[in-house]
Amino acid sequence: MNIVLLTFLLIVAIAIIRTRDLFAVTMLLSIYGLLSASFFVTLDAVDVAFTEAAVGAGISGLLMLVAISITGRKEQSAKRKPFIALLVVSLTTLLLFYGISDMPYFGATDAPIHNHVAPRYIQDSMGEVGIPNIVTSVLATYRAFDTFGEVVVIFTAGIGVFALLSSSNAHSQAKNIIPDQNSMDKRHLVIRIVTKILFPFILLFALYVQFHGDFGPGGGFQAGVVFAAAVILYAMLFGMKEATKVFSQSLVQVVAAIGVLLYASVGVATLLLGGDFFDYNSLASDPIAGQHIGILVIELGVGCTVAAVMMIIFFSFNDLQEQPKADNNKEPEL
Amino acid sequence: MDTLMNFLSALCLLVGALICVSGAVGVNRFNDFYTRMHAASVTDTLGAAFILIGLMLISDQFIVIAKLMIILLLGLIVGPTTSHVLAKAALKNGLKPNIPEQSRNDISKK
Repeated sequence: MNIVLLTFLLIVAIAIIRTRDLFAVTMLLSIYGLLSASFFVTLDAVDVAFTEAAVGAGISGLLMLVAISITGRKEQSAKRKPFIALLVVSLTTLLLFYGISDMPYFGATDAPIHNHVAPRYIQDSMGEVGIPNIVTSVLATYRAFDTFGEVVVIFTAGIGVFALLSSSNAHSQAKNIIPDQNSMDKRHLVIRIVTKILFPFILLFALYVQFHGDFGPGGGFQAGVVFAAAVILYAMLFGMKEATKVFSQSLVQVVAAIGVLLYASVGVATLLLGGDFFDYNSLASDPIAGQHIGILVIELGVGCTVAAVMMIIFFSFNDLQEQPKADNNKEPEL
Repeated sequence: MDTLMNFLSALCLLVGALICVSGAVGVNRFNDFYTRMHAASVTDTLGAAFILIGLMLISDQFIVIAKLMIILLLGLIVGPTTSHVLAKAALKNGLKPNIPEQSRNDISKK
């Protein structure tokens, strides 16, 4: 099973490199994300598979399509053949293979990774943290600082996209966006009705995943992505004006910042209450309750930031798309 | 009773897998976009429904059956909608369906 999936991954990767049409490349990237998610499921890493399916197979394909609608569909052909780069890459590959030959076998019990930290997490997690999902406890408690870095990276990406793509005339353009005539426009009837039916359930599912991360696969990242996907779907079908009535640009930016602030303030609170940075034992009188409170608040922060950043990226791309381009580059109408 | 459920579920899973494979063959062999779209969407939805029913038959807890039913409902709603949207987008952008000469003459004669 692993071999079949890895072979498919290899074939899709080669196809991605060789294809010239960027639209097809985006579809192939989504397929790559789906295959990676299945591969993670066969490796018993369900949380990671969930995140990969939501991000790689879903959102990132969508954001790339929006980017293509601005840049154009054909990849420019290379002017000259870069032989030096090929030499450097081959040399690095040979060195990597040489390094891999020394690694312990996959899943061997005497490998160092299975002997130092992992047994302590697996055995002590239930007693120290008290939630069944060990992945969440490692992510949110034992390695809270690393997750803090991840959230800051996502926030920085959102700021970067916003800084690059928003221009001074974007705000005047926003006033000129012509709203669609009425929300039950005859052209798009089927998909608008289906979206209206599904939209509350998608949001509900996002909230469920957010708060269920303690007991099953889930947590802040997946929940944020699903939430942002629902809002982006609504914005695509009903127009930006309708979507910005609820989720205006400034609200989304503020929510992104609040997410990171929540996360950091939990750490500062633990410092002020006398423990280490991100040591949740000091948050409440009972250490286990303190752990639960800490995990809840930081997952909330992560979910807020991820959802808001995805929405920032999509809205920034949309603001940039002023006039429709030439025929073969225009994103096809629905 | 148990072996009957196992047998039925195995049958459903096999039929579902065969339907999906036939969908893949259809996508490969048809030469027009719209027929390919039809093959992919119908067989995907039906194959997924069969596989989910097969899984429902051998699950023992009610919560698992309920979750599978919700997934089935979602698949039944979303699958045909997306294929409809794709076909409509293709038609809007000018991709004409490939009607063979004989039926085109029959249609225009009526």
